[in-house]
Amino acid sequence: MTTAVPPAVAGLLPTANPVGLIAPDGTRTGCDDPSLPDVDILRELYRGMVVGRRLDAQCTALTKQGRLAVYPSSRGQEACEVGAVLALRDQDWLFPTYRDSVAVLQRGVDPVEALSLLRGDWHCGYDPYRHRVAPQCTPLATNALHAVGLACAAVLKGEDTVALVLLGDGATSEGDTSEALNVAGVRRAPVVFLVQNNGYAISVPLAKQTAAPALAYRGVGYGLPSVLVDGNDAAAVHAVVRAAVDRAATGGGPTLIEALTYRVEPHTNADDAGRYRDEAEVAYWLQRDPIVRLGAYLRTTGALDPAAQAAIEAEAEAAAADLRARTAEDAPLDVDDLFAFVYADAPPTLLAQRALLHAELADGEAGG
Amino acid sequence: MTGVLERRAEGSAGPTPPVTMAGALNAALADSLAADDRVVVFGEDVGVLGGVFRVTDGLARRFGENRVFDTPLAESAIVGTAIGMAMNGLVPVVEMQFDAFAYPAFEQVVSHLAKMRNRTRGSVQLPIVIRIPYGGGIGGVEHHSDSSEAYYTATPGLRVVTPGTPADAYRLLRQAISCPDPVVFLEPKRRYWAKETTSLSVDGPGIDRAVIRRSGRDVTLITYGGTVATALDTAEAAGGEGWDVEVVDLRSLAPFDDATVTESVRRTGRAVVVHEAPSFGGYGAEVVARLTEQCFHHLEAPILRVAGFDIPYPPPKLEQHHLPSVDRILDAIARLQWDDRPEVGRA
Repeated sequence: MTTAVPPAVAGLLPTANPVGLIAPDGTRTGCDDPSLPDVDILRELYRGMVVGRRLDAQCTALTKQGRLAVYPSSRGQEACEVGAVLALRDQDWLFPTYRDSVAVLQRGVDPVEALSLLRGDWHCGYDPYRHRVAPQCTPLATNALHAVGLACAAVLKGEDTVALVLLGDGATSEGDTSEALNVAGVRRAPVVFLVQNNGYAISVPLAKQTAAPALAYRGVGYGLPSVLVDGNDAAAVHAVVRAAVDRAATGGGPTLIEALTYRVEPHTNADDAGRYRDEAEVAYWLQRDPIVRLGAYLRTTGALDPAAQAAIEAEAEAAAADLRARTAEDAPLDVDDLFAFVYADAPPTLLAQRALLHAELADGEAGG
Repeated sequence: MTGVLERRAEGSAGPTPPVTMAGALNAALADSLAADDRVVVFGEDVGVLGGVFRVTDGLARRFGENRVFDTPLAESAIVGTAIGMAMNGLVPVVEMQFDAFAYPAFEQVVSHLAKMRNRTRGSVQLPIVIRIPYGGGIGGVEHHSDSSEAYYTATPGLRVVTPGTPADAYRLLRQAISCPDPVVFLEPKRRYWAKETTSLSVDGPGIDRAVIRRSGRDVTLITYGGTVATALDTAEAAGGEGWDVEVVDLRSLAPFDDATVTESVRRTGRAVVVHEAPSFGGYGAEVVARLTEQCFHHLEAPILRVAGFDIPYPPPKLEQHHLPSVDRILDAIARLQWDDRPEVGRA
């Protein structure tokens, strides 16, 4: 039986099954649309995921040593984190959330600067303009509107810039997601919305988040072409994000992509996932691991020999060791920073409060 | 600096006609759009219609839809996209249609607009102006008359300003658009049609300064926005009762111009703070606290507040009981313990 779908809607609907290029067992699927990325890109995806996962594990370890206040891991979601970022061009922008540290690092941000927030040193430790990475956003879905605005400004200025915003499944319930999809559609903004559906918003499963058949269907109502992709298949994520970036850059407007993936770790190190999900579910997803499957494909096709594999793993260990070493000591902090950036020029009230703090600190030193 | 009125005057030999506050705001937007290609104006109904109060009248036609445009009806989106545009080098001037309709944008204002500069150690500046028609006195039904200033003044990182006169509306809006900080620009909607014969100029007191609108020796009325005219009327009436009243128009609610206001209060020794918003936890409480901390030994009486009642904004047929009136302010002045100094004021 066929279902009659108006042509205008048919072009917007996601496929019934997620787009996948490499199966969980590392074999090539039958899908040729989109086509498989070049082998150089596949190797780069693999390298990025291995290094990203090692740094992610290092961050979780740093919480246990008290070097980080908290860390929301993206372990298991590396195909999205790395695949999407590698699909961006230098002139494009990334709008990440707090869970997207691996994506931020993949974009080139220094890990120590990226961890400033979680070390408790400052809110955003990197200059967003340097790598075109917005501050990691904590209030859910608010960054989607920033991405749309930045993209609209690019169009007004005649620049070829695409904004990629990362969202989670929980964030799609926030009003700002709807407003962002709507405005992007109306203005044909060069934006790519990537929803990493990792199954949970802290403890709440997707079934309690939405009655939609898939989050990707949210795009249709706003006139956005929508894509459902296997979020643990880095090749597929890269291919669909790249296609969406190309479309946005050539005036085709925004795309909504839902990537099906899984948050292997708890929400953060402070969470207890055992209270809301069972081990069998985690085990199922571990069988679909993004790194294992791409590694298997590359080895089978002769694109990754043991020496190359070892070199990537050594690079990951070196990156983790460097991060350990550089976060072993507390960074020097300047209390003047508390007052320096609130306004372009600190008003007299803030200068007086800064002087008060200086006096308190001087008294403390004199008294000590 | 050339305002719309002055340009109109260039075409005619006659005197400058009076300008309304809405007209002055319109001129400020037009002149900012003309002076700086980065400026964009957007919001609900601001394009073809020219805004429900006509403050953006004619701007879309003159500057085109890439500079002045309508948005979907979504206030969080208006502010959120303005943030993204400012990150990419534009200077957005956005309109919230009414005070109470700005609340959906509150998260974007408080969590991002106010904090982005600080969050990024000054790297990302957001020179955005949010224009909000605010306050009552226009016979508006529910949700059209809120005085929402304290929500914004309680948020570090925002500048909050409000004009009391047409000339100042032009000046302050030009200054706000030029300011590198985000500015919440509160427009007292019941003064939109108030007229003033004036030439429009950006020169004058800066964006962070209060001004003395009327000099006096006996008592300082401290107010802003929609009640500046009420305070000036009160000062006139008070003259007949023997009080020489000074009126301070704060203009900048945040940051607060301590220097100008404390100088006045130290001189007069008495003060009344006047605003429409409810008294409890209202902006006036901050003013009284600051002045008490800084002027205590100069005060002849406790500083009083004349504010709205601590009630949701009333329906139109009852709002006159809620709004500060000349009589209510005069009554407050009368309660400033004059009997301790019988040589001043009435016995």
